[in-house]
Amino acid sequence: MTVRRKDIPGTIIFDGPMATKGYALNKMCYSFNNAEAREEFRKDEAAYCDKFGLTDVQKKAVLARDLLTLEREGGSIYYLAKFAGVLGLNVQDVGGLQTGRTTEEFQAYLDSQGRGKNNG
Amino acid sequence: MAKIIGGITTSHIPAIGIAMDKGIEDTPYWKDFFAGYPPIRDWLDQERPDIAIVFYNDHGLEMFLDKKPTFAIGCAPEYKNADEGWGIATIPPVTGETSLSWHIINELVENDFDPTVCQDIKVDHGLTVPLSLMYPGHNYQHIKVIPVCINCERHPMPKPSRCYALGQAIGRAVESYEGDQKVVVFGTGGLSHQLDGERAGIINADFDIECMDKLVTDPQALTRYSNDDLIEIAGAQGVELNMWIAMRGCMLGNVKEVHRNYVAPISNTGAGTQLLLNT
Repeated sequence: MTVRRKDIPGTIIFDGPMATKGYALNKMCYSFNNAEAREEFRKDEAAYCDKFGLTDVQKKAVLARDLLTLEREGGSIYYLAKFAGVLGLNVQDVGGLQTGRTTEEFQAYLDSQGRGKNNG
Repeated sequence: MAKIIGGITTSHIPAIGIAMDKGIEDTPYWKDFFAGYPPIRDWLDQERPDIAIVFYNDHGLEMFLDKKPTFAIGCAPEYKNADEGWGIATIPPVTGETSLSWHIINELVENDFDPTVCQDIKVDHGLTVPLSLMYPGHNYQHIKVIPVCINCERHPMPKPSRCYALGQAIGRAVESYEGDQKVVVFGTGGLSHQLDGERAGIINADFDIECMDKLVTDPQALTRYSNDDLIEIAGAQGVELNMWIAMRGCMLGNVKEVHRNYVAPISNTGAGTQLLLNT
């Protein structure tokens, strides 16, 4: 029986087909747990992508820091977060990049949903 | 018999560990969050539990997609933390526990749960941040930790009802263990948040509060959600509620809430903490 999934706009479900599509990309980002790997990536990003066998679309998206495309190409946010870390971005920066906001605008969006902190 | 004396829920986001490393707990951004923890620390200091069973999810330190367990349980004498790739400081080793771990594993398999059994795993911020929060200054070596890891990353992932049943099976296993150990259970992660996609940044504070209420009085209600429901209501990473549900499953007695705190946003999440007693 096929599992029926809800269509949730703005949400890319990381399931089996996506994990298959993104395996090499995720493996590359997983390697960033290692400081030497991060350094190697920084020295020549394109060569590092090739080493892991990324598709052209994935490689271009890595070079362009296009996180939404990387997610659509099978990237898991767990490993993309490590990629973002290599770039010196935090999760608010990443949120902004994905939602077309500046980091400050994204923080304001988070704050607008707040509770219990400067919110009474 | 070993006894589960209580349960603790807490956020485990990396930013918390970074804030503690920087010593900025009293700044306006953080003070309301950290104010939630002294009552829990006091209780831990007073009760001095011997063992902590910690439900957490690995975020790609030990468990990559190549071999990713749905449920995993540790039975090692020690667990190390390591570089996670984006700047959270590595913390000293965590003390493990082997005897009760193996007992739980035997009981789980006997009762039709078949977890991946881990004699050597690294543990990531999902486990280390809660320990650092409970025992500031990394003073946690005295407590023996049993890590229970739940897949919250790649679908299919275990259903809330299954996580609750896992917790119940672990709770029964602890109660059947010959010994007088005091055990505390941790449910980590959550609450509502979404890191990826155009919908990144969604927080649902009303739902988070409702979950904290239900966790005390009506945990069965939480088990009726599907993971897709949780994603829709609480964001893609809102499925981390499964660790809280599993924790609650372990508590088979009368459960009373004695403390809670909820603050949002902390990083991109609604950050809740609770102290529940199991009598």
